[in-house]
Amino acid sequence: MKSFWALIKRDLRLAVREGGAIGTALGFFLVVVSLMPLGLGPDLNLLARIAAGVLWIALLLAALLSLNRIFEADYEDGTLDVLATGPLPLELVSAAKALAHWITTGIPLAIMAPVLGILLNLDLNSYPILVATTLIGTPAVSFLGAIGAALTMKTRRGGLLLAVIVLPFYVPTLIFGISAVSAAAGPGGLGASFLILAAVSLVAVVLGPVAAAAALRIQLQ
Amino acid sequence: MDMGPHAAFIWLSYAVVTVTVIGLILWLLADGWKQRAELAALERQGVKRRSSH
Amino acid sequence: MQTLTQRLANPTRFMELSARVLPWVTAASAILLVYGLYLAFLDSPPDYQQGETVRIMYIHVPCAWLSMMIYGLIALSSFGLLVFRHPLADVSAKAAAPLGAAFTFLALVTGSLWGKPMWGTYWVWDARLTSVLLLFFLYLGLIALRSALEDEGAAAKLTAVLALVGVTLLPIIKFSVNWWNTLHQPSTDFTSTVDPSMRLPLLVMALAFTLMFFAMHLKAMRNEILRRRVKALRTQAVMGRDRLAPQAAE
Repeated sequence: MKSFWALIKRDLRLAVREGGAIGTALGFFLVVVSLMPLGLGPDLNLLARIAAGVLWIALLLAALLSLNRIFEADYEDGTLDVLATGPLPLELVSAAKALAHWITTGIPLAIMAPVLGILLNLDLNSYPILVATTLIGTPAVSFLGAIGAALTMKTRRGGLLLAVIVLPFYVPTLIFGISAVSAAAGPGGLGASFLILAAVSLVAVVLGPVAAAAALRIQLQ
Repeated sequence: MDMGPHAAFIWLSYAVVTVTVIGLILWLLADGWKQRAELAALERQGVKRRSSH
Repeated sequence: MQTLTQRLANPTRFMELSARVLPWVTAASAILLVYGLYLAFLDSPPDYQQGETVRIMYIHVPCAWLSMMIYGLIALSSFGLLVFRHPLADVSAKAAAPLGAAFTFLALVTGSLWGKPMWGTYWVWDARLTSVLLLFFLYLGLIALRSALEDEGAAAKLTAVLALVGVTLLPIIKFSVNWWNTLHQPSTDFTSTVDPSMRLPLLVMALAFTLMFFAMHLKAMRNEILRRRVKALRTQAVMGRDRLAPQAAE
């Protein structure tokens, strides 16, 4: 287990050193959200109604930006081969990398979401639940995205292919994430959708590393 | 055959399915002929399958 | 005592067997199609709500059924490849994907054309059509992934992984779409019960389409096996030429 945390710490350190990636993702998030009113008109009532959906979709797209690198960088310099033959099973390697992606990309995006909610006149009561849903839902984004990253590791224009492959898998997270926010804006509170959102993320946390590891083994043959 | 006020939709649906199915069949047949032709060409060049020796 | 899949594991045997089976499957499917069309147009009543447009159901439902069955077949083949290393599993999966995408596309188009007279628009985000649309994306993902990879062996296995992930997540996706649909629309579940007078044409058409797919799938598998033979022979020819270069050609 020590190697697991060591791997995460290493990936976090590399991400911090690189610096650019998270900035780009946050910037992309901001730009996409800003484009919505420009495209749809400034009617604040309309924007308030679609705010949760727009924020979630823009978040998914922004997270996709950095996903295709999570294995590629290590593959290119041979580190992945070393990791594959090391003491840590590939499933835990994949889990570590997905977790690192969540920490460096998912969490910042989740925290940025309510800030951008201001641009969309998001209902103030929805802010806490928005943060909660994005924090609970983004692990699914990272862990399911890791599957796509492993599958598309060696392909050209892998980023686009990754998006095509992985976006359908994000549909449950999207639907329940938005549904949880809307449910909270009403008389309810944390509803069934929040719990199902958490369940989907749990499935992703288990399925993601298993499938990603299977794909990596095939890629490294 | 009177198919009611929305007849066009019915005929169009069946037409799309028919065209697509025929298209698939033609593609499958053409692909098969192409592969057999290439196999025949290779055979003429003297390249033989190991199992045919 | 060999199982059917074991006996079919040898490509040559498969070619022999499929050559014998294919004409029969094709004939059966053609006969059932003719019978089904007769039933659909000449022996079944118009719907008391939808009128004649209910006849679109007789091709929409078989296409939708096929779109799901074919994905299941691809998932099964993928499992056969990754777990049992069955030699023809990848041939089956590769052959089925474009066919599955085609029937899913047809399900969408016929669903749309069925919806326009019923709901007034060409596209409606109801649970069923939305699920079929997402299934279409899953097929596109499989086809896109396979064509992006040059190494055929890796492509086979990676596509198989993607298919298995897809089939695992598909129930969750469908559940979430149904949930989403009940949130945003009151029940628009059209013809959830099928009148008995319409059941027979529906069944016959579904069976006819299924047999038609099997015929197409067998043919596509045969083509793929031939394609791989061509490729293997070409590789053999190139390597042979290099090795025999100093000697005289035969």
